[in-house]
Amino acid sequence: MKPRVAVVTFPGSNDDRDALRAVRLMGGEPVSVWHADPGLAGADAVILPGGFSYGDYLRTGAIARFARVMEAVRELASAGGPVLGICNGFQILCEAGLLPGALIRNRGLAFVCRWISIRDERSGDVLPVPIKHGEGQFAASPDELERIEGDGMVAFRYCSPDGALDEAFNPNGSLRGIAGVRNRRGNVLGMMPHPEHAVDPDLGPTGGQQVFEWLLSSARAAVSA
Amino acid sequence: MRFRVRLLVTLKEGLLDPQGKAVESALPALGWDNVSDVGVGKYLRFEVEAEGEEAARKQAEQMANRFLTNPVIEDHAILEVERAEPATATPQAGPR
Repeated sequence: MKPRVAVVTFPGSNDDRDALRAVRLMGGEPVSVWHADPGLAGADAVILPGGFSYGDYLRTGAIARFARVMEAVRELASAGGPVLGICNGFQILCEAGLLPGALIRNRGLAFVCRWISIRDERSGDVLPVPIKHGEGQFAASPDELERIEGDGMVAFRYCSPDGALDEAFNPNGSLRGIAGVRNRRGNVLGMMPHPEHAVDPDLGPTGGQQVFEWLLSSARAAVSA
Repeated sequence: MRFRVRLLVTLKEGLLDPQGKAVESALPALGWDNVSDVGVGKYLRFEVEAEGEEAARKQAEQMANRFLTNPVIEDHAILEVERAEPATATPQAGPR
């Protein structure tokens, strides 16, 4: 059975279509959901896609977190269902308190748009994926950072193409090169890089496939549980 | 009663402030080479209908904590809560 994956479109989302396409390419059943919808159309998993919800006004993700659909996202997360926030979606999950920390303006101020490498902190795999963001600098208080590290909540770090951690490969000044975090339970994952743009071998590197494999297998597990 | 609230939002101490750094690095070229520790924050103002100044201040504080700022990365200070002119005030009669 194909897991059903909802992709939320907020006003200002712009990676929602690529996320829907990636779900389909990776073997899931994509379903588009509007931010004002009351639920997730019976989905087993949800993706909050990239973009500039509400024009990034006030703070990135600050207004989207109060969208009506976010109640359903919160319910799915607390039921253990997989939730993936990409770029602006990551910012929304942090604002919503579903993930720790926050994303602030890049060190150096410039919007960065290029292919980079990230290291999966569980498997050690190095994944080539693109980034494109102006506010991707992961920030947290020293206490919170220790908690995030201590509880194994760092999902990905920016790294060199061969997997070495080095500030030279940190594109935005993120603390400890953090590119993605998960919650303690492991079912909510947020990341600044874009796995949905890196799943189709005809279009370039496929470092994003592993992220979708995780999402779909977690969704299958949640359904059969 | 209407109250005008002025709120200052700043990045928490210790966080890298790229905007402040960029402004700071532009100053010497303009002749101000004696400036350091620049920070950039934001300012919000709004009017609130409340029973009194304390109620207005309390609500502003709640709004700041829940929505207007992100306490993970920002500090805030309420600069002022002052009585606002009623919005429906009739203009003073006077020469046309």
